[in-house]
Amino acid sequence: MPKVKGEIKIAIETCKGCELCVHECPQETLAMSEELNQRGYHFAVVQDESCTGCTNCALICPDGAITVYREHRGKKTPVAKISDVKENITFTIDGR
Amino acid sequence: MTDECTITEGMSAMDLVYDRPESLLDVRMHYCPGCGHSTVHKLLMEVVDEMEINSEIIGVAPVGCSVLAYEYMNIDMHQAAHGRATALATGIKRVLPDKYVFTYQGDGDLAAIGTAETIHSANRGENFLIIFINNGIYGMTGGQMAPTTPEGGKTATSPYGRDIGDMGAPIDIAAMIAPLPGTFYITRQTVHNAKGVRKTKKALTNALKYQQLNKGLCFVEIVTNCPSNWKLTPYEANQWMVDNMFDNYPLGDIKVPAKEDLS
Repeated sequence: MPKVKGEIKIAIETCKGCELCVHECPQETLAMSEELNQRGYHFAVVQDESCTGCTNCALICPDGAITVYREHRGKKTPVAKISDVKENITFTIDGR
Repeated sequence: MTDECTITEGMSAMDLVYDRPESLLDVRMHYCPGCGHSTVHKLLMEVVDEMEINSEIIGVAPVGCSVLAYEYMNIDMHQAAHGRATALATGIKRVLPDKYVFTYQGDGDLAAIGTAETIHSANRGENFLIIFINNGIYGMTGGQMAPTTPEGGKTATSPYGRDIGDMGAPIDIAAMIAPLPGTFYITRQTVHNAKGVRKTKKALTNALKYQQLNKGLCFVEIVTNCPSNWKLTPYEANQWMVDNMFDNYPLGDIKVPAKEDLS
């Protein structure tokens, strides 16, 4: 597993299927889809969770279709404390 | 099950590290898949956003594939007649000396029909930035031979490959204008891989910053591909470019300002 965890989002309708990101990715995270988008291009898809958030794919993407997120680095400081938990609870932050 | 838990900052937080620049309008660009023009448009808008000069920059669009550049950039733009972008930029910069001015030209525009305008702008030391997109072919008109086509390059008008004895050697505009005292910063970059993109962004940033010094013409040549007219996939086109274009157009800085000139 990579040390730094990254995540990318691909705007599939903006993608023109040039495949440059697939060749540029050092982790081989990206692949081309079987399906077509509305314009008839095979678009780039994420095939596994090996992304490190290096931004190479987004830099090479001619159409700016890729947005890159990277795991927050730095000291993990407690920001909240929950006590007296009686049942299973689920938290989501920013939709994740 | 524990009855107490602690939430730590950064447990699941993801930082946004790269997004499409705001100044690049959210419209679909007409360029072919894998075209270097789109990459350079995106890079230029990133630089504009980072320098926060969105309302202080004026661009001049050429004739060629990038004729519609003003449709994609959320900045003030003007459209020039074929090859005359540097002449128009001269006028804009002289009337509005406080604004950043750049021209965005391809090789058919700058190195063929606009050679005279380019050389004389450089000779006069006009204080704007020329972004020169060199892909060694006429893209918009259907892949004819350009003055910058490398030796042996097969195009619609040189189907057996460019013969130097017959058709002349590839013209190197950057090296031609480098000896002129009016030029301040000349560099040649590429956008075929992530490293090249990072270096090109640095070059564009430097060139725009040097414009504040008012010391002469900045010229950023970007060697790019033309997958459609080279009749290759985008990835193969980039490989072809590495093998054939870089011999004629070696990458790197051609003229850098001396340290004492940077104040």
